[in-house]
Amino acid sequence: MSSVSCKDLSKTFTQGDEIIVGLDQVSINIEEGSFVCLSGPSGSGKTTLLNAIGGLDKPDGGEITIGEQRVDQMRKAELADMRLHNIGFVFQAYNLIPVLTALENVEFVMQVQGRAVAERRPAAMAILEEVGLKGMQDRLPSQLSGGQQQRVAVARAIVSKPTLVLADEPTANLDTKTSAQLMDLFVELNERRRVTFVIATHDPRIMAYCKRLIKMQDGKIVADDLQQPAIAAAG
Amino acid sequence: MSIPLKIISVLAWRNLWRNYRRTSIMLLAIVVGVWAMIFMNALMIGMVDGMVKGGIRNLPGHAQIHHPAYRDDPSVVNNMPAPAGDLLKALGSDGVLGWSARVRVPAVISSERDSRGVILLGVDPVREAGVGFDLSDLVDGRFLEAADDTGLVVGAKLLQRLETRLGKRVVVMSQDPHNNVAERGFRIVGVYSAELDSQEETFIYAGRETVQKMLEMGSAISEVAILGQDYRDLSVWYPALEQAAGSGLEVRDWRELDAFLDTMLGVQDGMALVLIVIIFIALSFGLVNTMVMAVFERIREIGLMQALGMRPSSILYQVLVEAFILLVLGLVLGNLLALLTIAPLESGIDISGIADGAEMFGMSTVLYPALRAGDMVMASVIVMVLGLLSSFLPAWRAAHINPVEAINKI
Ligand SMILES: Nc1ncnc2c1ncn2[C@@H]1O[C@H](COP(=O)(O)OP(=O)(O)OP(=O)(O)O)[C@@H](O)[C@H]1O
Ligand SMILES: [Mg+2]
Repeated sequence: MSSVSCKDLSKTFTQGDEIIVGLDQVSINIEEGSFVCLSGPSGSGKTTLLNAIGGLDKPDGGEITIGEQRVDQMRKAELADMRLHNIGFVFQAYNLIPVLTALENVEFVMQVQGRAVAERRPAAMAILEEVGLKGMQDRLPSQLSGGQQQRVAVARAIVSKPTLVLADEPTANLDTKTSAQLMDLFVELNERRRVTFVIATHDPRIMAYCKRLIKMQDGKIVADDLQQPAIAAAG
Repeated sequence: MSIPLKIISVLAWRNLWRNYRRTSIMLLAIVVGVWAMIFMNALMIGMVDGMVKGGIRNLPGHAQIHHPAYRDDPSVVNNMPAPAGDLLKALGSDGVLGWSARVRVPAVISSERDSRGVILLGVDPVREAGVGFDLSDLVDGRFLEAADDTGLVVGAKLLQRLETRLGKRVVVMSQDPHNNVAERGFRIVGVYSAELDSQEETFIYAGRETVQKMLEMGSAISEVAILGQDYRDLSVWYPALEQAAGSGLEVRDWRELDAFLDTMLGVQDGMALVLIVIIFIALSFGLVNTMVMAVFERIREIGLMQALGMRPSSILYQVLVEAFILLVLGLVLGNLLALLTIAPLESGIDISGIADGAEMFGMSTVLYPALRAGDMVMASVIVMVLGLLSSFLPAWRAAHINPVEAINKI
């Protein structure tokens, strides 16, 4: 279901008179069960690519296919349903709904999916414990540190059992130990449930977890290498 | 997939109280607006009701029966037989509170000092008291005691004009059916006051049989005035009465007898609607503004929710639910406030101080605000429906943002 394939994706932004290239003829194939890192300097197009794959922003040209579905041709409501049921997101900038507690934020996607409390509550509590937020479930985002918020976002992205996780700098605010814990969690999900991961990051320590490392620059893919993950999943 | 109503409601409720001040102000505006709609409406109903009831008192009655030519020429020639048979039975039916068979002819009344044109009413005092004459209006002397009473009851103003007093004799002159002058001396036994001076100057009351004898009209009368339960609804007894009267007599309800009153009632209903709409337009500006701000303020979360897979339609519902909660709270409190403020006023507000000219229009100087369930429901439904409609624009905008742009807004 969750192989991702992009063909000749292009996207430009205009700001005043300036035309900014976001994506420039990007083509990639990501098989189901991949664990891919997107790296590249700031402004190279990582976020733009993740947004295009997730159907959040329509590309100007090219094709995106997730599984058998043509994302670039879907209607808004269809895109929403696809994201809801198949994709787990961790965004770079803004992740949590301020009026909901940590627990409610983690449950949000499952609740919109229509899952019963009896099913979603234990799952959300368990995942919060796994990301090290035991006892903080009733705090509002404003009562959590940046790193704690980030972990709530990660918990939400994986708790709904998506087949594809798109994570944009998921460990940006985290210390080495916590980010290693999250990456272990990702690797475990990837190996146990064949969840496909695409992670945008600047952090070499994160890249070390990846089986495939894609480098971007100026909206183009400049390198695409398979590698042996330097750090194996713990346990 | 169904709408995730639970989470939508939770979000709507919490977001509503996030900007506590703005929500409270908007709520207050809705409460005051709804209250004003209902309160003003109640005042207006009270006013018109007073006017119509006053008018009905003067007619008098909710309906009248006449000789077909009487209303064009109210002379003694155009008389009708006293009610009997089917008509009498119809007059005894359930919805009829009272009826009075009256002689009503133009006449001239003379004292030693002056004479005036008046309308002479020959009435059966027992029947008339329930229909056309209010015994509490009597300010001096007594009312008539029987149909063959030979006394005369006049208005205070007339007494003054004639420069005469209670107990004095006056002469009343009119025409009999044969065009002969008929006149008779009466002793003034009672004096009444009325809302209007013109009324006091116009109507004089004498015993029906006395007047019939004086005008040589046998047992004939000029009209039957009938009073029902509720002037707005004559359907219980009016059709039967019309049928019983047959084609030889003319039966008319108060709306036909006094077109002005009927118009007033129509104007009142129209005004109520205009008032509600005007207040609502003012309210809707506030409401739209509040919802636009509420949406704008959390455009990032709305983008986030869409990005996470909440459908645009659910976002739309979320904003509408928020407006709905606000409207429900405002309506409940506004209606409650209206109930609480109007109830103690229903015993009447004395407006004689501020409404000197009011009685010119036939209005009473005491206003009885009337709360009607139908008006409360109408105001509430209008506010709810239009309120949701005007929230639709901001809700629509929220549902159609670009999630990426929204998330990146600062
Ligand atoms: N909405 C926008 N309007 C204008 N320019 C944009 C917009 N979004 C992205 N860009 C531009 O497109 C290019 C790619 O941006 P993108 O966010 O994909 O970079 P990135 O690789 O994610 O960078 P970072 O590592 O800093 O997150 C940048 O030059 C950026 O300025
Ligand atoms: Mg980025």
